[in-house]
Amino acid sequence: MVRFAAAIAVVLMLALVSLFIGVSDVTPMTLFEQGPEGQALQILLISRIPRTVALVLSGVAMAVAGTIMQMLARNRFVEPSTAGTVESASLGILVVTIFAPGMPLIGKMLVASAFALAGTAVFLRILRQIPLRSVLMVPLAGLMLGGVISSITTFFAYRYDLLQTLGAWTLGDFSGVLRGRYELLWLSAALTGLAYVFADRFTAAGLGEDFSANLGLNYHRVMRLGISIVAMVTAVVVVTVGAIPFLGLVVPNLVSMAMGDNMRRSIPWVAAGGAGCVLACDIIGRVIRFPYEIPIGTIFGVLGSAVFLYLLLSRRSRYG
Amino acid sequence: MAEDTVTTRVRALLPGSGPRLAPLGPRAVIAILAVLAVLAIIGFMTIGAQGSWSFILPFRGAKVWSMVLVGYAIALSTVMFQTATANRILTPSIMGFDTLYALIQTTFVFFLGGLSYATFDPQLRFVLETGAMVGFALLLFRWLFSGAVRSLHLLVLAGIVLGVFFRSLSGLMQRLIDPNEFAVLQDALFASFNTVDGTLLAVSSAAVLVASVVALRLFPSLDVLSLGREQAINLGVDHKRLVTTVLGIVAVLVSVSTALVGPVTFLGLLVSNLAYMVIRSHRHAYVVPAAALIAIICLVGGQVILERVFGFNSALSIIIDFLGGIMFLFLLLRSSKR
Repeated sequence: MVRFAAAIAVVLMLALVSLFIGVSDVTPMTLFEQGPEGQALQILLISRIPRTVALVLSGVAMAVAGTIMQMLARNRFVEPSTAGTVESASLGILVVTIFAPGMPLIGKMLVASAFALAGTAVFLRILRQIPLRSVLMVPLAGLMLGGVISSITTFFAYRYDLLQTLGAWTLGDFSGVLRGRYELLWLSAALTGLAYVFADRFTAAGLGEDFSANLGLNYHRVMRLGISIVAMVTAVVVVTVGAIPFLGLVVPNLVSMAMGDNMRRSIPWVAAGGAGCVLACDIIGRVIRFPYEIPIGTIFGVLGSAVFLYLLLSRRSRYG
Repeated sequence: MAEDTVTTRVRALLPGSGPRLAPLGPRAVIAILAVLAVLAIIGFMTIGAQGSWSFILPFRGAKVWSMVLVGYAIALSTVMFQTATANRILTPSIMGFDTLYALIQTTFVFFLGGLSYATFDPQLRFVLETGAMVGFALLLFRWLFSGAVRSLHLLVLAGIVLGVFFRSLSGLMQRLIDPNEFAVLQDALFASFNTVDGTLLAVSSAAVLVASVVALRLFPSLDVLSLGREQAINLGVDHKRLVTTVLGIVAVLVSVSTALVGPVTFLGLLVSNLAYMVIRSHRHAYVVPAAALIAIICLVGGQVILERVFGFNSALSIIIDFLGGIMFLFLLLRSSKR
């Protein structure tokens, strides 16, 4: 409990740092001096606080979504970006952009969720073709499925001159977050809470269809619920800030290396870790080339794939 | 060779085994592929040509030559790589060779600065970059392939993630470069079949020629190596040295193709597996030419169809990625069922 409090304190510290970084002069001092009508307070309310809240919400949501997927697929290396979910959501957004460009954000999000759900269902269907459930086959098949889906997306984006727009939602970037443009992320917070409530059932379902039937659990209903949560969370995050690759893989794996696999106990840690990682990477991206910003997708792409590689190769004896 | 065709013909005649049609011998297959490749090249040079031939021929000729060179380099490097690593799913591009080269290019820009990079002699730059590429590729992949227990799936997954890592790292470095300097460099970094650099074409042709001469002398040892590591060592092949040489040649060939047209991830996988399907022989002297011809047909023929018939310009690599990705999934699922 003391350790968890310390982790929360670190996340809060990072959030505080994140609030006071930027080109405009916003510090506790200027806030105090300019008073309630000042420019600093306006910037804080319109830009800085929304951004920090968005960072925390999407970090928590993606990390927990990764954990759920890993339990349901019974594989440590599965997460929305290694299962075709992110790519399907992007395809959905592209379809909306081409056929109904005026649709409000919530509509976009729902279409993207439907696509993400369909893509994940295809992935699970392919998984059933893998008889031995080879640990490494699963993410491989998912990455390839994602590649195939994203080449379809790229093709149509290319035909309709939308390649640049496509780049915006395939690369996570929080620099465009302002008041009024991130509130959809609260929905992902609600979904994450729902996931926490059902955590035990996901653990049971992860043990297999027969086992969960023995426990009196409707396996297919739990699976559907879990995958719907993951698909909607992914769609919300991709629609509002773009994809953050490997976040849902790195954080749960690091937590389970430190904490073991007790789901109820580790979900708060996964949530704190996700928020902390995203905050830290965003701060790095804002500081490293000041006053320009580097999107978090780029920063986390480097860190996330490096940690993923480490996880793979350091366990090579176990999976080899 | 003679026994090969006889046995496959006999097997084809037996009910329930092998395909229904009597397969052609490897030489006949290669001849057919060569005719198709020549047709594709003629089509590319002539279809839709308007204006003076003295302009069209050199202009389109340079493009065709670059496609032929790239197709050949990718085919040769993929087949050799697959023999050296004893599998038919891994290719240099899937293992992140292409993105490593792109990363080296970006690193050069990063440390030299944009202007001095742009004014640097392109041939010398290519030689330096290729040298660095060979060094790093040898270090990295010798280490990766040296494990006693080599799980194929681990290697593929590690390779893919390595590719993502290299790509993100170059992305990060490109963002760190001054935006104005970056604009100067975009052409050098993002090559395509439509922008071919003449000076680069000459030096890469020379590099491919040297690599081919070395590779050709390795073909007999590679035939032995395809029997498996233990058998090959038993038969007197210096396994470690052979694999190192192969990785070095592959690094040179990948540098050439990536420098000319940028990463084409799945072309190698597509053409090598098609070549294994149509050539029922393990001899590299047959498989490599077939794979190279198929690559040329895919690139040149695909470009003719897309550009002249449908009017799409640079969508070829997207389509290759789509087909290659599906093929990869198929190969992966089939390999796991065994």
